[in-house]
Amino acid sequence: MNIIQGKAWKFGDDIDTDAIIPARYLNTSDPAELAKHCMEDADSGFAAKVRVGDIIVAGKNFGCGSSREHAPIAIKAAGVACVIAPTFARIFYRNAFNTGLLILESAEAAAAIEDGHEVAINCAAGTIDDLTSGQQYKAQAIPEFMQKLLNDGGLMEYWRKRLEKASETI
Amino acid sequence: MAQTITEKILAFHAGLDGVTPGQLIEAGVDIALANDVTAPIAIAEFEKLGVKKVFDNERVLLIPDHFTPNKDIKSAEQAKILRDFARKQGLKNYFEIGRVGIEHVLLPEQGLVLPGDLIVGADSHTCTYGALGAFATGVGSTDLAAAMATGKVWFKVPESIKIVYHGKLAPWVEGKDLILHTIALLTVDGALYQALEMTGETIASLPMYGRMSMANMAIEAGAKNGIMAPDEITLDYARPRARRDYTLFHSDPDAHYCRTIEIDVTALRPQVAYPPLPDKGRSVDLAAADKIAIDQVVIGSCTNGRIEDFRLAASLLKGRKAAPYLRLLIIPGTQEVYRQMIKEGLTDIFLDAEALISPPTCGPCLGGHMGILAAGERAVATTNRNFVGRMGHPDSEVYLSNPAVAAASAVLGRIATPEEVI
Repeated sequence: MNIIQGKAWKFGDDIDTDAIIPARYLNTSDPAELAKHCMEDADSGFAAKVRVGDIIVAGKNFGCGSSREHAPIAIKAAGVACVIAPTFARIFYRNAFNTGLLILESAEAAAAIEDGHEVAINCAAGTIDDLTSGQQYKAQAIPEFMQKLLNDGGLMEYWRKRLEKASETI
Repeated sequence: MAQTITEKILAFHAGLDGVTPGQLIEAGVDIALANDVTAPIAIAEFEKLGVKKVFDNERVLLIPDHFTPNKDIKSAEQAKILRDFARKQGLKNYFEIGRVGIEHVLLPEQGLVLPGDLIVGADSHTCTYGALGAFATGVGSTDLAAAMATGKVWFKVPESIKIVYHGKLAPWVEGKDLILHTIALLTVDGALYQALEMTGETIASLPMYGRMSMANMAIEAGAKNGIMAPDEITLDYARPRARRDYTLFHSDPDAHYCRTIEIDVTALRPQVAYPPLPDKGRSVDLAAADKIAIDQVVIGSCTNGRIEDFRLAASLLKGRKAAPYLRLLIIPGTQEVYRQMIKEGLTDIFLDAEALISPPTCGPCLGGHMGILAAGERAVATTNRNFVGRMGHPDSEVYLSNPAVAAASAVLGRIATPEEVI
């Protein structure tokens, strides 16, 4: 997932987890089922329109509200490759990394990229290219600790490795 | 090194002399909890790890409170995952129907969360326990699974915002109004990643239920945790309930805060938060002047589901009835609250008011069940969120208030001040 390219879908500020995946669908944790209702209360047709590899570009405080991990799971299962926003709510921030959904903080990119633009992301370089406008943006670097988590394939892999190592030394 | 209460609790649980904001630490948890929405994913992740046993079968808590009593087959399947896991792991604190209550009302009541604790919960309102002088924060299911397995969680130490409340509260003004007013000042991301420490003479005389309403909604300003120093009021609450030792932490007088906000509460009126965000709070007088007709009133939730909340509502509903065509729902937070309501005659007052009394459940607060709104309908609720579609149809609306405003509004069928009814 080093290079990502897809179409941008724009959303506003303070998109909450109820908008990302309404609680009326939380009687399941099946990713495919959750994906069908992704962003439903913000844009009711989103799940049908979005294509694999597309990118959500949103306003500040994306993912505020509940701790439901169903939110990043629904976004990832809907095919979204990355979410770009100026800031993320803190529980969503952790949940995204823990479930392997790439998120990037960039106020400039979030403000400038328009709906429908083609966007390319280079994870290693930390750059966001708006291919439609020709502009390039630098994302806030992912902290080293988070990179480790992502490289290990999420929090569970990270722990599994550590626990295996611990049991070898006993 | 001068430290805040949040820094001291984190340092203590990380086995460090001190911590500074921004530092990454690995801390031991006292309690890890999840509900019937978040636990199924946590249990699946836990099982991926290949660990046989939870780190401590007394400290991993499962509380099926969201879609219970189960509303449909899917939610019954979810709840069964918790039940099966609790049996297999021999969990001492799994709460079956009949014992279960709304998690953040139930756990303090049962003495399972105590001052000085470090608590993680796969529920964003886990921050409620900060009212006891504990560090408590919401996490996702994967973080919780790791905590269930290892008893540890990593954290970035947050900066602290100090809010100092001065003055005496006017009649009908509650902890709920203090926090709605505070969120309106901070906005929904004004405390993002930060600790919200609430102090001052107003808090020093605020009872535990009001403190819990406040800490409960710290997340609605984006905060990592809300916290209050433990004092005699805290100890009077915690001491008779505790079945294990606990530690009291206090901020040093010269501790560092990234921001200090002073609030004079003397002239504060009850607040009503307009949809679609909890930071849209304004005076109930303005809201009443808007003559907003309502279809439903919900009194309960982890924010306002304690016995004192129902006493307040009953004081206004006594001898009155819910307005025609309005659904008034009363949802006690726990079985103990329910029993107390009966003992004190509150249930009779509510029944006479033609309210429906629900078993303890999160129910309509998150649009789960037991009171869903149709398109175009409006509710006044003592809950904590008024996002688009929160209580049902995306075209329905939720106005947040304290129990007195909710009760007055139920009687008049529109958003009303308590004074209009009394």
